[in-house]
Amino acid sequence: MIVAKRKPFEEIKEMLKGYKKVLNVGCGTCVSVCLAGGEKEVAILNAELDMARNLEDDPIEIHGQTVERQCDREYLAELDDIIKKEKFDALMSMACGVGIQFLAERFPDIPTFPGVDTTGLAVNQAVGWYEERCRSCSQCVLGITGGICPITMCAKGLFNGPCGGTNKGNCEISADQPCAWFKIHERLAAQGRLSSIRKINLARGWKDQIPRNLIQPGYKKPEKVS
Amino acid sequence: MRLDYPTNVKIIRVPCTGKVDVMHMLRCFQKGADGVYCVGCLEGSCHYNAGNLRARERVGHVHNLLEEIGIEGDRVRMYNLSSGEGPTFANYAKEMTEHIKSLGPNPLKEKMKKAASA
Repeated sequence: MIVAKRKPFEEIKEMLKGYKKVLNVGCGTCVSVCLAGGEKEVAILNAELDMARNLEDDPIEIHGQTVERQCDREYLAELDDIIKKEKFDALMSMACGVGIQFLAERFPDIPTFPGVDTTGLAVNQAVGWYEERCRSCSQCVLGITGGICPITMCAKGLFNGPCGGTNKGNCEISADQPCAWFKIHERLAAQGRLSSIRKINLARGWKDQIPRNLIQPGYKKPEKVS
Repeated sequence: MRLDYPTNVKIIRVPCTGKVDVMHMLRCFQKGADGVYCVGCLEGSCHYNAGNLRARERVGHVHNLLEEIGIEGDRVRMYNLSSGEGPTFANYAKEMTEHIKSLGPNPLKEKMKKAASA
């Protein structure tokens, strides 16, 4: 799931300085599950902004609306009427970076601000605790690394074994950071598959440096989008 | 027991302090409450295992949110007692009332009054 972290309140307050009527749009999918930008978090941020601006004698009229997903047009369309009717000075999105951009694209005449910092693709270790597992690099090597991602877990993103900084199973950057390649070796050894990392992996293609568009097999780009 | 405790304390009953949400506490301040305190069961004796521990975490979170907003975080507190401790409940009510009196009224209340009269 995509995880995000709410931006510091001071930063949000500064972004919305001067705007009197704002719609804060939450997202009911990933950021809702990771407790960063769902209906509840929208309500909390709105209450904070309302109180802080009142204390500064600069009241703000802040509305909240949470849609199912901000990365789908059909759900963003729910906002068309309310945004047309209420004439907001600005929009705030508490969705991930994808949702924020899609919202800004749908309402290009209204300034749109991010309420969260998107932090990555993570697993849910416990309620409120998320660990990054994937950098969506577009060339998955998990098949040969025993299901452990060296791009995410290795500080250098190495493809062919550990560097000299591996230290008793940990990375040189921190004793709390396990060495990805140590873990990969351990897992593959237990599976009797060490041969899979004996061949050289070609360097990463940096496919994530330009926007990656994807059309799944059996689908095509529509001539017109709504 | 017919114990006295300050009349300014308004009690909102919940089945467990684990039910108390961050938004419930924030909304109180937004509406002008001078202080909010949660009284939960003793730590380690929650019927739902961790309700009072979660409440303590949330109270701590609200403390930080209030500080960010510009309101004293110490206007929100967590207390624990067992259901057989009536006098302790009354003492906590008195203690919290005295504490809030020392902090003065919620600064938002003044602003709300000004806005209403404008």
